[in-house]
Amino acid sequence: MAKDGLTEFRLVGTRPDRPDGLDKVTGRARYGADISAPGMLWAAVVRSPHAHARIVKIDTSKAEALDGVKAVITRADFPEGLTGEAWNLQENTMAGDRALYDGHAVAAVAATSAFVAQDAARLIEVEYEVLPHVIDVDDAIKPDAPVIREGAADATVPEGMPPNVVRYMEFGHGDVEAGFGAADLVMEKTYKTEATHQGYIEPHACMGQMGEDGRGEMWVCTQGHWFIRKMCTDVLGLDPAQLRVTPSEIGGGFGGKTTIFMEPLSLALSKKAGGRPVKVVMTRSEVLRATGPTASASMDVKIGMTKDGQITAGRAEFRMQGGAFPGAPVDFALMCGFAAYKMPAVEHIGYDVLANRPRAAAYRAPGSPMGAFAVESLVDEMCRELGLDPLEVRLKNAVHEGDKASYGPKFGSIGLEEVLQATKAHPNLLAELGPNQGRGMASGYWFNHSGDTSVSLAISEDGTAQVSVGTPDIGGSRASIALMTAETLGIDYEDVRVNVVETGALGVNEPTHGSRATFASGKAAVMAAEQAIGEMCRRAAAKWGIDPEAVEWVDGAAQPAGPNAGKFPPMTIAEIAAKMSSTGGPIAGHHESVPEGVGASFGTHVVDVEVDPETGRTTILRYLVVQDAGRAIHPAYVEGQYQGGAVQGIGWALNEAYIYGEDGRLQNTVFLDYRIPVASDLPMIDTVIVEVPNPGHPYGVRGVGETGITPPLPAIANAIHDAVGVRLRSLPMSPPAVLAALKAKE
Amino acid sequence: MHYHSPSTFEDAARLAASTTGVTRFLAGGTDVLVQMRAGMVLPDDLIDLKGIPGVADIQQTEDGGWRIGVAVPGIQLGAHAALVADWPGVVEGMELVGSTQVQGRATLTGNLCNGSPAADSVPGLVAAGATVEITGQDGTRTASVEDIPAGPGKTTLAQGELISAILLPPRGQNGGDAYLRFIPRTEMDIAVVGCAVSLTLDGDTVTAARVALGAVAPTVVLVPEAAEAIIGTTLDDAALEALAKAASAACNPIDDKRGTVAFRTDVAGVLAGRAAKIAYTRAKGA
Repeated sequence: MAKDGLTEFRLVGTRPDRPDGLDKVTGRARYGADISAPGMLWAAVVRSPHAHARIVKIDTSKAEALDGVKAVITRADFPEGLTGEAWNLQENTMAGDRALYDGHAVAAVAATSAFVAQDAARLIEVEYEVLPHVIDVDDAIKPDAPVIREGAADATVPEGMPPNVVRYMEFGHGDVEAGFGAADLVMEKTYKTEATHQGYIEPHACMGQMGEDGRGEMWVCTQGHWFIRKMCTDVLGLDPAQLRVTPSEIGGGFGGKTTIFMEPLSLALSKKAGGRPVKVVMTRSEVLRATGPTASASMDVKIGMTKDGQITAGRAEFRMQGGAFPGAPVDFALMCGFAAYKMPAVEHIGYDVLANRPRAAAYRAPGSPMGAFAVESLVDEMCRELGLDPLEVRLKNAVHEGDKASYGPKFGSIGLEEVLQATKAHPNLLAELGPNQGRGMASGYWFNHSGDTSVSLAISEDGTAQVSVGTPDIGGSRASIALMTAETLGIDYEDVRVNVVETGALGVNEPTHGSRATFASGKAAVMAAEQAIGEMCRRAAAKWGIDPEAVEWVDGAAQPAGPNAGKFPPMTIAEIAAKMSSTGGPIAGHHESVPEGVGASFGTHVVDVEVDPETGRTTILRYLVVQDAGRAIHPAYVEGQYQGGAVQGIGWALNEAYIYGEDGRLQNTVFLDYRIPVASDLPMIDTVIVEVPNPGHPYGVRGVGETGITPPLPAIANAIHDAVGVRLRSLPMSPPAVLAALKAKE
Repeated sequence: MHYHSPSTFEDAARLAASTTGVTRFLAGGTDVLVQMRAGMVLPDDLIDLKGIPGVADIQQTEDGGWRIGVAVPGIQLGAHAALVADWPGVVEGMELVGSTQVQGRATLTGNLCNGSPAADSVPGLVAAGATVEITGQDGTRTASVEDIPAGPGKTTLAQGELISAILLPPRGQNGGDAYLRFIPRTEMDIAVVGCAVSLTLDGDTVTAARVALGAVAPTVVLVPEAAEAIIGTTLDDAALEALAKAASAACNPIDDKRGTVAFRTDVAGVLAGRAAKIAYTRAKGA
């Protein structure tokens, strides 16, 4: 069913207006905090001001006595005896006997107004016994570091490892030592990246309602409402089928909204307040202190290369902390690190380490940017040492279809070679550079993902179609799915409405994560449309009195499949739909599966920078993203994903960081000091969409959301080196860091 | 919380003198309202000054100087061609505060009274030799702008005193000023280092100068040694080097989330030189 890359489609590949555009620009779109209900209460959360502290006592009596307060909860209001990930989620939702990071929730209150709730929160008295804390991953992995939690290590951790190591991994292939022995140059360096936040504009918000009978509802800003349902009911010991979850419009997620933070609090408060709905809206400070950033990393990389640029072996040892819970994406970082290279021998070692920081959540290609920073920086250093062109070295070592990936499996169809060739041909590479200006390049990789997917499609009485999907639209999936559905049905784009529907309406769906929505929900929508087409062909066949197999679907109409089938004029979808009630009832299609055929995506970025040698400030002059989309269903959205990924990577590279004081408190809890790039910091990001169609998707989609954040970190480090001759191996490459490096060079 | 809207500065001063809890004056509100919303400051008395006649006016004084009302927002300073022609450095400092939306509300007086060492409009005012008119229960007095900040979040104003106008001196002939700040981004940020230079020329020679630094000490500081380094020179390389050295030497910064001691000290010297060159060019063009 794969369609070739050269086919010109009627709609796929065009750029129609986005279906959510008018609602968003007029303010009509309803986000998480826009949902209200009669009798609703407002919540406020009391959070630990300490990085690590034993909770000695919580006195809620003054808060409970305040007029307007309807419920106060602490951990004592949650069920006991949870284990594994359910316990982790519960512990992160509300601290138990210890607060594990600055911002960890310790109590919550629901009251008749937001102001009363905030006043009541201030009246809750928490007595802490402050404990030693640890923030940096290299400190946290020391044998004598403060222990975050005894017994948190899983079975992968060998005896005798430091106490905060909770997962350990090693994998690889080939004879690494022989590979290094065959190299003309072997280099080994250590690189560090800081934690960064997804930085979505919309803070977490929800309204939850839970009756004494355990039946409830939730309206929430999320990337995945079935995850919300399962996680909330796990944490509260409830039956998932009794909780109905409706997603709101979403103001950004980037992976950070695939898990729960304060959502169970609204349900627990509601239950205690007699079933009145409770709204919880985080402030930006709460978002930065208590929701998922990504992990921070400390990484040793060793590579062997011949003098003509052939990579002979690689070794990576990564240490990552993802906060006070297991789950730093060290596995993905290792798997993606060398993915762009054909590795005759490679060894990966990873440590997942606990520290007194908020629990890491997924962030756009989780782990891959860190791995790329280490590997792509070192490849650049070695190219310079050997006097080789970094693009030619990447081409020389590039993986192709059928090659064994650095992380084990054989690659299916991939487009790295095409991406590198398109990069080589781009005019940005010819732009002249002035004093203190430099150019850097790097590649990046993301697997892409499928996952549980359930979609249903219904033909309306007039022949238009509605598609119900369970993947919230965070990057244009409604437009893309409408285009693919309309293409398949043979109707206009405007005649398809795609709705993101609640948990009661479909089978279980994984969130919109792993760049999967356009691939998985899109593929399921096409299959649902084909099912509906089959039914419409049967209706036409019945009318004509011929065999359904003798009917084909062309340009939005049933027609006889050839001269032998009979001679009837085509019957359009509108004609079939108008009569559906009298020809057998509603016409619909649905599809449930874990769609197969995920296609991975490679990208290469080239950045030109200028460094102010007196202040260390880096200005992005030119930025090019080249990436394999498989097939761009709606190219404007694809370009937007490329640009957005690049911009988040630029922020991570240059200025974003979690800044902790000696006391372990996060110091930059607002956007003023958590420095994501602003529009005026950036040039227009140039994009090239390479299309090597994914044979596993009916229209060739690979998924484009994540790869783009991966190359900027090393590309910018490489460009800064090219500009002023200093190598930054630690992020962020902020002006003080660059200036200090320049002074150290003098 | 009690909200007051007096119609004279004298009434405002009396009100402020009589309060016993946390008191805040409200003009643009771009600090006070944000602090209230964040729960950082919860005033018992909020005294709104916007109802006082004249607070939104920019007036040229008889001596050729300027009197700027306490509720004049940044965007009006930028739109006032004659003021911009006289004191471009003062105006560009104020225009760096916040976003376009914030510019519609934020004021010079508020930026000064917020007491931040990183306040972008204050070095320009100090370099310009600006003064403030202060109204108290017993009448008015004037003070130099550099004498108002007392440390982060603090001013030298007594309880029952408030600023009732900003006063800029006459620019005179052959003068120019400039303000530069260092931020890692291009806008929507707070100065890691700020520097303003105001100077007057006779031909090519600097005859008078004032240099002020922001974000490198507990308050915005006037640096006479830096001014002396360029007075009597044509702003040649040696003078610029001496200026940079004097500016760096005047720094007494802290390591914090926005920058390090070493970085601030270095960049103060860099910005002093760059701001002096702009001021010099403006003076030549005046």
